[in-house]
Amino acid sequence: MSLYGSRRRANILAAALCWAAAIFGLSWLVMILGALVYEGAKGLSPDVFTQMTPPPGGAGGLLNAMAGSLIMSVIGVAVGAPLGMLAGTYMAEYGRYSRLTVAIRFINDILLSAPSIVIGLFVYELMVARMGHFSAISGSVALAILVIPVVLRTTEDMLLLVPGSLREAATALGLPRSYVIQRVAYRAAKSGLVTGVLLAVARVSGETAPLLFTSLNNQFWSLDLNAPMASLPVVIFQFALSPYKDWQQLAWTGALLVTVTVLVLSIAARTLSRQRTSK
Amino acid sequence: MRRPPGFPFPLGEWRRAAGLRMEMALTEQTFEDPGVDNLAKEAHVSDIALSGERAKSAEIDRRQVLGKLGLFDRLFHKLTLSAAVLVLLLLGGVIVSLIQGSLPAIRAFGFGFLASQSWNPVTDNFGAMAPIYGTVTTSLIAMLVAVPVGLGVAVFLTELCPPPLRRPIGMAIELLAGIPSIIYGIWGLFVLAPFLQQYVQPALISTFADTPVLSTLFAGPPYGIGVLTAGLILGVMVLPFVASISRDVFETVPPVLKEAASGIGCTTWEVVRHVVIPYTRVGVIGGVMLGLGRALGETMAVTFVIGNAHKISGSLIAPGTTISATIANEFTEAVGDVYTSSLIELGLILFVITFVVLACARLLLMRIEQKAGA
Repeated sequence: MSLYGSRRRANILAAALCWAAAIFGLSWLVMILGALVYEGAKGLSPDVFTQMTPPPGGAGGLLNAMAGSLIMSVIGVAVGAPLGMLAGTYMAEYGRYSRLTVAIRFINDILLSAPSIVIGLFVYELMVARMGHFSAISGSVALAILVIPVVLRTTEDMLLLVPGSLREAATALGLPRSYVIQRVAYRAAKSGLVTGVLLAVARVSGETAPLLFTSLNNQFWSLDLNAPMASLPVVIFQFALSPYKDWQQLAWTGALLVTVTVLVLSIAARTLSRQRTSK
Repeated sequence: MRRPPGFPFPLGEWRRAAGLRMEMALTEQTFEDPGVDNLAKEAHVSDIALSGERAKSAEIDRRQVLGKLGLFDRLFHKLTLSAAVLVLLLLGGVIVSLIQGSLPAIRAFGFGFLASQSWNPVTDNFGAMAPIYGTVTTSLIAMLVAVPVGLGVAVFLTELCPPPLRRPIGMAIELLAGIPSIIYGIWGLFVLAPFLQQYVQPALISTFADTPVLSTLFAGPPYGIGVLTAGLILGVMVLPFVASISRDVFETVPPVLKEAASGIGCTTWEVVRHVVIPYTRVGVIGGVMLGLGRALGETMAVTFVIGNAHKISGSLIAPGTTISATIANEFTEAVGDVYTSSLIELGLILFVITFVVLACARLLLMRIEQKAGA
């Protein structure tokens, strides 16, 4: 009877600890989002979307930083996503059983979680050091390098889910292989491919470390890809560590904007992929 | 001749038209080939028998189209192959360029770089000991927080959670993983650090003041920022990775094993302890190491709260630095070859450490995937 009692107690204790762990984990999410909304919403005004980043101690907005983030993310995704998709296509369609695929999958998984600051150093060596100055284009390249592994991984996974019978049916009609891939496999895996790109955009839009020494920062409105460009994360970094109240407020507001963007993108991506799996 | 039901034209024409339609469908978007277009029009006008010349020109067109298709096919194959190889080159490029960039520092300091504690931009004397120490310490604190809690969350999600809550809670944990690290940083700086400074750290200091080892771990004034705060933030960041990978790994346990254990009277906890965890041990270790890889390389969250002090302090509440925080803070301000290249060498060291940890993690996870597939 006492053995039974102690086993019961151990079970209840373990269950309680697991519940506590889950509540603990979720409470961080609530606390972080709560603080973000509370502090960020205070500074939310039309000025944020229409004014440039201010000089120390002044008031202003985040327009140039938002534009910079948008431009660099778009270029980064436009360069990185096709590359990742093509590489993923090779791994799932042409070289499914080759050794090269196994090697690339391994390397890609490492690149996926490699420290992004190291990618920043790489692009610095590759472009900034050679060009002699910081530039938006090198920031875009750094982001593109971060996009590739995310898109590659989802593309491969999604193409592997496409049933082989679809490809066989298309091949039996006499379609060349590239058409089988583009007209049949891509279409069947469409929502999965979109999910991958959305996840990549979500990842890239909050990245700070690789931009610190590639695109640097710019206090003024600039669309020149060959010059330093502001971006939301870098501005948040700079403003949050400053002693000025106005800057800190802008940093919170920027952080709120970045988080909302990222959360919306990742929820959209998950909803898309769930629709697919439930079908 | 049998016709498909409800089909108005003779079968031969239907077949030919269908064939042409398919060829048109194949060609219309990719190639601007007027020949094929004309052929299609003519085919509609003409009857079953094509004249000899037309048949010939159709044959040539056909060959042209097939040739183009074949060429495009090969091009697409090569294109995907080169994109795949590019990924390999990318990794090679990262390693080569980091080694190249750190050559001046390697020449100047040799292996002493790893063992030296000094960091003096004025005399150009640099060593990596303090950042490496900070990186390892913060990551260890992070794992102390993230592993037990992460495993608890994973057990909760797979064994205890009421089914309707399973998906939303799983999703919330994954959202926690998606929040950019700079958000953790700003939150750590403005919310967590003041809280620790005001309430937690004074309590730690006074509680352990008379305990031999712990008093040195919690010595010094409560700054709020420091190694402990950075480790906690990292732990919160890594937690979702550990939790979601462990959950995925726990789900690979065949239900029949768990049912058998329950059938002989095991409690839920005993099923987890004696069936689920032994079965998935390799995968869980892989997930933990993946989290460790993240923690080691994490930059922004740490940079905000670590305090950036280049010294090794026995106290956990003293400011310190990590490899990534040092690079983030100093790289743009570094002047001189040796300074810059020392920072790049730090990056190289970080890359090598994370590469080894992540490679081990992947190998372990691959083993459990094979087990699940077999």
